[in-house]
Amino acid sequence: MELGRRAFLKVGMAGTALAALPRSAEGVGGFEIPGEGERAVLVDTTVCVGCRGCEAACAEANGLPDPAPDADAYATQRKTSQNAFTVVNRVEKPSGEPRYVKRQCMHCVEPACASACPVRALDKEPTGPVAYHGDRCMGCRYCMVACPFGVPKYQYEKAIPLVRKCTFCATRQAEGKRPGCVSVCPSGALNFGLRGEMLEEARRRVFGNVGKYTQHIYGELEAGGTNWMYITDVPFEDLGFEVKVNDNSYPKLVKGALGVPPVVMTLWPPLLMGMYAFSHRKGEEKKGEEKEGGHHG
Amino acid sequence: MDSATTAPARDGSWVRENIFLGMTSGEYLRSLWTPFNVVAAAILAVGVPLFLYRFYAGLGAVTNLSQTQPWGLWIGFDMMTGIALAAGGFTIGATVEIFGLEDYHPIERPAILTGFLGYMLAIIGLIADLGKPWNMVGIFSQNGTQSVLFEVAWCVCCYASVLSLEFAVPLFEWLGWERFYRPLKKILLALTVLSVMFSTMHQSALGSLFIIAPGRLHPLWYSESMFLFFFLSAVIAGISMVIVESAISHKIFASQFRGHHMDADALTVGLGKAGAVVMFAYFFLKLQGVVDNHAIEYIGKGFYGKWWFVEMLGFVLVPSLLYAWGARNRRADVVRIAGVLAVLGVVLNRVNISMVVFNWNQPVRYVPSWMEFAVSLALVTAGVLAFRWIVNRMPVFHELEESSHAGH
Repeated sequence: MELGRRAFLKVGMAGTALAALPRSAEGVGGFEIPGEGERAVLVDTTVCVGCRGCEAACAEANGLPDPAPDADAYATQRKTSQNAFTVVNRVEKPSGEPRYVKRQCMHCVEPACASACPVRALDKEPTGPVAYHGDRCMGCRYCMVACPFGVPKYQYEKAIPLVRKCTFCATRQAEGKRPGCVSVCPSGALNFGLRGEMLEEARRRVFGNVGKYTQHIYGELEAGGTNWMYITDVPFEDLGFEVKVNDNSYPKLVKGALGVPPVVMTLWPPLLMGMYAFSHRKGEEKKGEEKEGGHHG
Repeated sequence: MDSATTAPARDGSWVRENIFLGMTSGEYLRSLWTPFNVVAAAILAVGVPLFLYRFYAGLGAVTNLSQTQPWGLWIGFDMMTGIALAAGGFTIGATVEIFGLEDYHPIERPAILTGFLGYMLAIIGLIADLGKPWNMVGIFSQNGTQSVLFEVAWCVCCYASVLSLEFAVPLFEWLGWERFYRPLKKILLALTVLSVMFSTMHQSALGSLFIIAPGRLHPLWYSESMFLFFFLSAVIAGISMVIVESAISHKIFASQFRGHHMDADALTVGLGKAGAVVMFAYFFLKLQGVVDNHAIEYIGKGFYGKWWFVEMLGFVLVPSLLYAWGARNRRADVVRIAGVLAVLGVVLNRVNISMVVFNWNQPVRYVPSWMEFAVSLALVTAGVLAFRWIVNRMPVFHELEESSHAGH
């Protein structure tokens, strides 16, 4: 994809700003795009025809059971599961026109799950995917607690369980292929590219068609920015999106708490030893006084 | 093992004196036939097979955990609560060894033993809960330093090791391994400093675990300062557990307190004074947390708003006032009641945060299965039995007099 004039300007300004300032994910006047060079997908739900080819391709790429037939699949609002990393849900606009929304892991630029994993079984790859290494996983399920989108799922039914979720086909991407779902999408609903470009495209569509699109790009700011971004013409709440997700990076929430151990490890031993010395000396003085008192008496 | 370090001869008589409490094996087995032991055995007979069955059939077969409720009773009660109630070990350790309040010396060893057993049981509960517990070794090799759980895991390892060394003193005294317990006694101060350090980090990190999940917790409980709240409430739990535990121990193990000039009531009143101060601080910091989180509007609103009142007034403010009143009027009985309330309050807080107000906005509520309860109950029972077995044999309530061996 060629860089548009605006994108060029932004990249240029962001570059200048980056050069001038220490790197800060808070954003430099909104010009810095987190995860700009990571691979991303822009989902345009207004184009999706609901064929669910992405579900079939995902099942094939990940060795999952075949997806349910349409009648069952569209009967409820489904969630992803340990056996279905992506699901397409159907909602109706007031006019009766259907809208389809594909859900899967959002692949945050700064993923809460990967930051929560103590053994780095979930690990963010520099190219974008939040990949999973089952051989390291100890099954603590802290990733499931941490994820603001409720994405990681667990094999509760297995004696030796794994955490299951979309991996953005990290291995396929490493081989230079597109993710399974993207590779089969016939409608152009799934646009695959660098996050900076996808965001630019999303802005072009949303802000260039003010009457048509909902004026929001879901994933631009949510959880500090995600590599899967959505645009639509219905309220995002109606599509089942978590609208209460913070706009800031989740791993940053614990920065303060993680600052405690160094302080404790540096300050506690001398402090406690000082208290010991103090209380010990007081004890000695007391004893000494008693002794002296004894002499006098 | 050379013979010089093993004071008593290693023959049948040592086993008889120290394992069978001076009885023959037949007498000993008959003495075990008590109502308490029968109930305990029944609990273990249900819980232990379930614990093993979980590894065969998976967590889904035994627990009510779900994709929206990844942590349940085993983390919320066994781990969160068990560790908090084990805080007496470092609280009293610091009081005696560091602050030099020698009056509290007689309750130091029981508190450390409780801490040691609490940690062991929490670790066993954790093993039941982890999908692949053997991969825990990954915390030593994978450097997941961004994770609060990484800190928790390291602190569990380090503090459990320190507790083992502290507990090794009475253990080795009992075994008569003078060569080992003498040096350990000399480094008890260093061990205490380490125990305070690791406990501070560990107790607070258990609270930090939830900071990454603001959407999961009710706003009245969520705060970015949760690490501070967890640490302070752990100190409350430590002080209160020692009060409750020494009251119970004095009744049940009265024969153990031979030759002690210990004024239990004075100690209890002193602990109550400390409890009142810490609980007041905790109460107001929690209020501050609610204000910081812009959650005042939730107070008293709906089930959770009222439930918050129950926890904060009934189990924080009331016991803190009782502590203060009891300490001021030298009423050990009032302090003991406050201690029970305060312990229940810390249990309630941990259970609330990990289960009750967790997923407060989700339609489906988590209720533990009877099997989860059975395993947790079995763990607690095992802890009580281990405590009793140890204090009946090892020098815990009384320290070994020089060169003579504590019989019975």
